Amino acid sequence: MSATILRAGFLTSIQDLGRTGFREFGVSLGGALDSHALRVANLLVGNDESQPGLEITLGGLRIRFDDERTVAWCGGEFDVRVRSTSLPAGHATSISAGEELIVNPPKLGCRSWLAISGGIAVPIVLGSRSTDLRGTFGGMKGRALRDGDVIPLNKIRRSSALATLRRGRQTAATEKVSSWSAPVNWTTTAKENPVLRFIRGSDWDRFNPSSHLALTNDSFAVSPDSDRMGARLEGTELKRNENVDLVSEAVAPGTIQVPPSGKPIVLLGDCQTIGGYPKIAHVITVDLPVAAQLRAGDTVRFQEISLADAHRLLYERERELERFRIGLSLRSRA
Amino acid sequence: MQITPLGDSALIVRVCESSAEPDEQSLRIVLEVVHKIKSAPIPGILELTPAYTTIGIFFDPLRVEAAAPESIFDSLAGQIRKAVSHAKKSAARTASRVVEIPVCYDPEFALDLDEVAQLTGLSAKEIVDLHRSATYRVNCVGFTPGFPFLSGLSAKLVVPRRSTPRKEIPIGSVAIAGKQTGVYPVKSPGGWNIIGRSPLRFFDAAKNPPALLRAGDCVRFRSITRAKFAALQK
Repeated sequence: MSATILRAGFLTSIQDLGRTGFREFGVSLGGALDSHALRVANLLVGNDESQPGLEITLGGLRIRFDDERTVAWCGGEFDVRVRSTSLPAGHATSISAGEELIVNPPKLGCRSWLAISGGIAVPIVLGSRSTDLRGTFGGMKGRALRDGDVIPLNKIRRSSALATLRRGRQTAATEKVSSWSAPVNWTTTAKENPVLRFIRGSDWDRFNPSSHLALTNDSFAVSPDSDRMGARLEGTELKRNENVDLVSEAVAPGTIQVPPSGKPIVLLGDCQTIGGYPKIAHVITVDLPVAAQLRAGDTVRFQEISLADAHRLLYERERELERFRIGLSLRSRA
Repeated sequence: MQITPLGDSALIVRVCESSAEPDEQSLRIVLEVVHKIKSAPIPGILELTPAYTTIGIFFDPLRVEAAAPESIFDSLAGQIRKAVSHAKKSAARTASRVVEIPVCYDPEFALDLDEVAQLTGLSAKEIVDLHRSATYRVNCVGFTPGFPFLSGLSAKLVVPRRSTPRKEIPIGSVAIAGKQTGVYPVKSPGGWNIIGRSPLRFFDAAKNPPALLRAGDCVRFRSITRAKFAALQK
């Protein structure tokens, strides 16, 4: 009941929905940078939504399964295969014992999330199985996966095994990949010309009007030193009216902070818990999946919306997810 | 008290102006607000991040009690205001913990002591004496897991951050920068001036709570020998 990492690729780590409750001790949320994608992939393979999966950055992963599993993935436009069969995003696929899954580099986007039926059996550390790469704890010994790692998998629960089997039966006769799938805007999140919607930050008024205009009209280029902590952007310098020192306070994934260089940083899941740079804006939660796909050299634009609209969009997505859950449970009972 | 959104899933409660100098009084109010919110469970609130003059409150918008998605923020802000004004005043006035931290100030560990001596015009002994004779207050824990930001540093020890931050700072390094002192609990880069090292573990993910210190704690540093450092590290 394990899988062997034959090639770990650029950066692959074990992530779940993140670590909540320890920010006051400086512990980041972490978790899958697109937690929605991981939830959907988990649902597709019959897992609880909060099971850890693999976050694969820029591909290069080869993984061999010791026993029969169902897998599903969501994220950027990756080329994922088992032998010669291509595995599209958002479809459940059954993998036989001994088979290898290969994740090649993406045509578009940066990251993808792979869920494995049964889930990954690493210990819970501070309430989560996510890897805290900076804190070096959680996941696989607190580090990214390496070539040769053997990741322990849980025994597949009977109910989910049954569901998987039934789903398998629908497809096994003709193909290993299910013909049905999750909504494409959840499973394929990398965009050609991404636009991130934002609400104003508490330091919005500290910036001059031309900076406000630049943030809403100009494109910004994603810098190569971006990582799980944040997407660093280059473009029009965002300038403040006056340079007063601010007292450090809480920041969150999605916060767009502006250091003295004037180059904005969109914070992502591994961001520090507190920060002293002014916060010009915040990317809304439903657009964090798009932010998680930003790759060096991409360009990105921003568009302002209201807080009420941000909450309405989140509610809509949750309603659709609930419909998707119901659909899945009907399918597995059929 | 001002409440502003920090994106759509968090908000910030400010007890004074965001550019104001943090002091004992504001920290005490922050801790009181934290205590009141924690003891008046409000649906949807996930966790709090106190820091200097603010409390970051993280919440799940889908679980906040509100008539409609449009009123989530106002409803939550209202519940927070009510909880803060409602609770008994002296609820959080429990005496703060005093934590004594052994520090070895030997040159082996005090990588920047010479530079601090040059900048301040003080001798190494004077620097160490000033550093270990003060009582400090934890204003917040952050930057890295378990890093405590301590106020109360002698005005004579105020020096700027190093112009080039170190790529990796040894675990347990005790450092100063500006008006603050702190301890690096995990391997990390950093720009503060290192004047000693503590053998204690300031962050341990296997423990709950994982950090040795939390906001509001009082801290004193005690000078120890190199031999004592080795003994305590075991």
